Amino acid sequence: MKFAVIVFPGSNCDVDMYHAIADELGEEASYVRFDETSLEGFDAVLLPGGFSYGDYLRSGAIARFAPIMKEVIKAAEAGKPVLGVCNGFQILLEAGLLPGAMKRNDRLKFMCRPVELIVENNQTLFTNGYEKNEVITVPIAHGEGNYYCDEKTLKELEESNRIAFRYQSNPNGSVADIAGITNKEGNVLGMMPHPERAVDRLLGSNDGLKLFKSILHNWREAYVTQA
Amino acid sequence: MSLKLEPNSEQIKTEKLYTQMGLSDEEFALVESILGRTPNYTETGLFSVMWSEHCSYKNSKPVLKKFPVSGERVLQGPGEGAGIVDIGDNQAVVFKIESHNHPSAIEPYQGAATGVGGIIRDVFSMGARPIALLNSLRFGELASPKVKYLFEEVVAGIAGYGNCIGIPTVGGEVQFDASYEGNPLVNAMCVGLIDHDDIQKGLAAGAGNSVMYVGASTGRDGIHGATFASEELTDESEKDRPAVQVGDPFMEKLLLEACLELVKCDALVGIQDMGAAGLTSSSAEMASKAGMGIEMNLDEVPQRESGMTPYEMMLSESQERMLVVVKKGREDEVKEIFDRWGLLSKVVGKVTEDKTLRLLHKGEVVAEVPVDALAEDAPVYHQPSKVPAYYLENQEKEAVVPEVTNYKEMLLTLLSQPTIASKEWVFDQYDYMVRTNTVVAPGSDAAVVRVRGTNKALAMTTDCNSRYIYLDPLEGGKIAVAEAARNIVCSGGEPLAITDCLNFGSPEKPEIFWQLEKATDGMSEACSILSTPVIGGNVSLYNETNGGAVYPTPVVGMVGLVHETEHITTQVFKEEGDLVYVIGETKEEFGGSELQKVIDGTYSGKAPSIDMEVEAKRQKQLLSAIQNGLVASAHDVSEGGLSVAAAESLIGTGLGAMLTTSGNKTAALFSETQSRFLVSVKRANKEKFEQLVDATLIGEVTAEPVLTIVNEENENVLQATVEELTSAWKGAIPCLVKSKA
Repeated sequence: MKFAVIVFPGSNCDVDMYHAIADELGEEASYVRFDETSLEGFDAVLLPGGFSYGDYLRSGAIARFAPIMKEVIKAAEAGKPVLGVCNGFQILLEAGLLPGAMKRNDRLKFMCRPVELIVENNQTLFTNGYEKNEVITVPIAHGEGNYYCDEKTLKELEESNRIAFRYQSNPNGSVADIAGITNKEGNVLGMMPHPERAVDRLLGSNDGLKLFKSILHNWREAYVTQA
Repeated sequence: MSLKLEPNSEQIKTEKLYTQMGLSDEEFALVESILGRTPNYTETGLFSVMWSEHCSYKNSKPVLKKFPVSGERVLQGPGEGAGIVDIGDNQAVVFKIESHNHPSAIEPYQGAATGVGGIIRDVFSMGARPIALLNSLRFGELASPKVKYLFEEVVAGIAGYGNCIGIPTVGGEVQFDASYEGNPLVNAMCVGLIDHDDIQKGLAAGAGNSVMYVGASTGRDGIHGATFASEELTDESEKDRPAVQVGDPFMEKLLLEACLELVKCDALVGIQDMGAAGLTSSSAEMASKAGMGIEMNLDEVPQRESGMTPYEMMLSESQERMLVVVKKGREDEVKEIFDRWGLLSKVVGKVTEDKTLRLLHKGEVVAEVPVDALAEDAPVYHQPSKVPAYYLENQEKEAVVPEVTNYKEMLLTLLSQPTIASKEWVFDQYDYMVRTNTVVAPGSDAAVVRVRGTNKALAMTTDCNSRYIYLDPLEGGKIAVAEAARNIVCSGGEPLAITDCLNFGSPEKPEIFWQLEKATDGMSEACSILSTPVIGGNVSLYNETNGGAVYPTPVVGMVGLVHETEHITTQVFKEEGDLVYVIGETKEEFGGSELQKVIDGTYSGKAPSIDMEVEAKRQKQLLSAIQNGLVASAHDVSEGGLSVAAAESLIGTGLGAMLTTSGNKTAALFSETQSRFLVSVKRANKEKFEQLVDATLIGEVTAEPVLTIVNEENENVLQATVEELTSAWKGAIPCLVKSKA
């Protein structure tokens, strides 16, 4: 399976995403620059964390206009898995692929620590390797991870089972403890915690690896015919 | 914008305008004799920044010469952007520490942020990929609104820069003491990784080669920053706020990636950061090191503001800029790299043979100065040294054991002293995991970062107990190096080398210069015995406010090599039933201790003594036991003594410990005798461990989360639940800064 890791100016978790795929999942990963205009040949798209365009103006607000984003939107519309982590989630919100917006953490400070997440929906292509309500440890590292949406949107998210992860103990003030949401079709996931930082026990946790394994598993189910 | 009218040579001389730029009468006369004429305004500016202490080390050179700087593994010692040490497999580690004290005192967020930005550039200008950041911070007591403001903003500035550029801030230390009230210390360290073939030097070699300017454009920020950093802080210093630079970590991220592409391109001849004294120091130093000259046309320098004068351009310390020397005719290859990253790159001059820095502006030669005069020939001062009266008084004092009545209360009090208390409030704000190599996060003795693609890791730490150094700079200087090495060893690493940041008061005061001399003597001795040469560093003098100096604070940044990731060890106890040992005997030593501070509110008497041979032997034994897989946890016994070390080994584990002490109870619990370790060992490894290490068995790890300490008669000395210990230790700093934690 071929994963594209999108690199915006200022992305800094691109390397982590790359190694999670290439070293831990054992699949093919390639960096794709923000100014490229094709994602042909890729089976999944990963938008990594970092500070695209320095987070100037507003997190993700400038990145959404990068040339590659047209292709990311096309890939999402074509039903390919699109995962945005941290700044990648912020970009997906700005690009309108997911609803809602991100505010500064309620403490107004950047926070970096492992947190516990509850797998709220294990019926997505990103999460079906987990048990429902499984508690996993995945790190967060953000200053603007306070997810916000209006009540109508929240109701819609809850009713259509689009909340993939919630925080066990809300670190940043997010509405309804939301840590990650999917689009209606279920092929776009945005989350603030970093699954790519939880793929190796040496570094504390490998609970994030199942997320990437789920993507791979579902892709194999759909596209690879057993010989 | 109208051009400012600059004073002419005559006015500079008769009105002594050079003194405002920091040059003395004698130095100005020396400049005149070097040039054979009176310098103009721009030239006076060039000399004043290059001859500042910050750039020339004119007061500290005589003491820096004493440091051991070579070793089998040293690939680059002091003199370049950063030092380099071989770690095998064609790889090397690059590291350096630098101060940004004065800017941080005036504008703490930007001062700290640009300190981080500057040290990162020093590392990637060597061609290395920065892999970790550390810092060493000193503030006044965390009580006044001003200190809280400085503390919060400095931490935010470090976080703001490091997090954005995507280099993990993995460790550091924070100490609070009244002497730093008006003059906080902000030292930033960067560690990088490099393949031997990629090592770069700041050389302007090859006459006719092009000098290119890359990165951000030049503005009026930071003019005379180096001079400002070489003066005492006063109430007037607020007006120097424009001398503080403004950082743009996003720009530096792009510059970093572009420069690391550039080092792979053989069109590159030399590269150097435009740090302190900006365009002046980078051009003069690169030319001087290569035995060449540089001619620059300042009209070509990318400018952020209109109407900038040569003086302003040459002295600006705008951030995120590099000076690059490129083979003639291959400028376009370099430009292409920087274009791809959306960065400016421009040919601004050429390398010449005449060893002169010649500056052109609007068709005229505006400065013509020998490069060696700027870079090499700054006067060197052998400052007078005098033993301070306070030192002699303290040496005369009888050692006393402070009176403690309730040991548990005292342990909880010590754990809640901000210098000892958990720094989680600080490092929670740092992205310490980005690049996913951080194996041991901030909070243990040393941080450990693995070297991807190998089974090796690097342990790194910053250390300096300035209270000991204040009481006895010679012993204290040794202790600073020894403690750093102890931290590396406890983490499973073999100490490789150090970088140092000498933060002192004014060297023009004989008592301060004496501190500098003695502390560096002590450090040199320790470095020689531990085989950890000094591969680079920085000097920050004039750390004084309104006449009072900070405690002498020579911060040691040390890196060690963990040969196998299996050797990585942390300070916390691992399992019920593990045996607890202390390595090293305890003496009644309280001078400069945390206990003394709590009880007396001040430091007096003798600092703890240290025998470096004993220290080295114990470190060797412990490291060998760790490498043989015999050690479950290892922790350096430092501030607060054995009881604090035991508490720190328990917090977060859900375990407890039952320990037996002997001798004077206050000393057993709180003395700060050096060269001690608290270690836990699996029962199965008892014999093997005892064969390898001279250690005293003092108890064991228990399931019940309680710390119990008894004396030899089995009488209770202290009993506290780990919950009590944790809440004292974790709650202190959030409570003091009154922030929700």
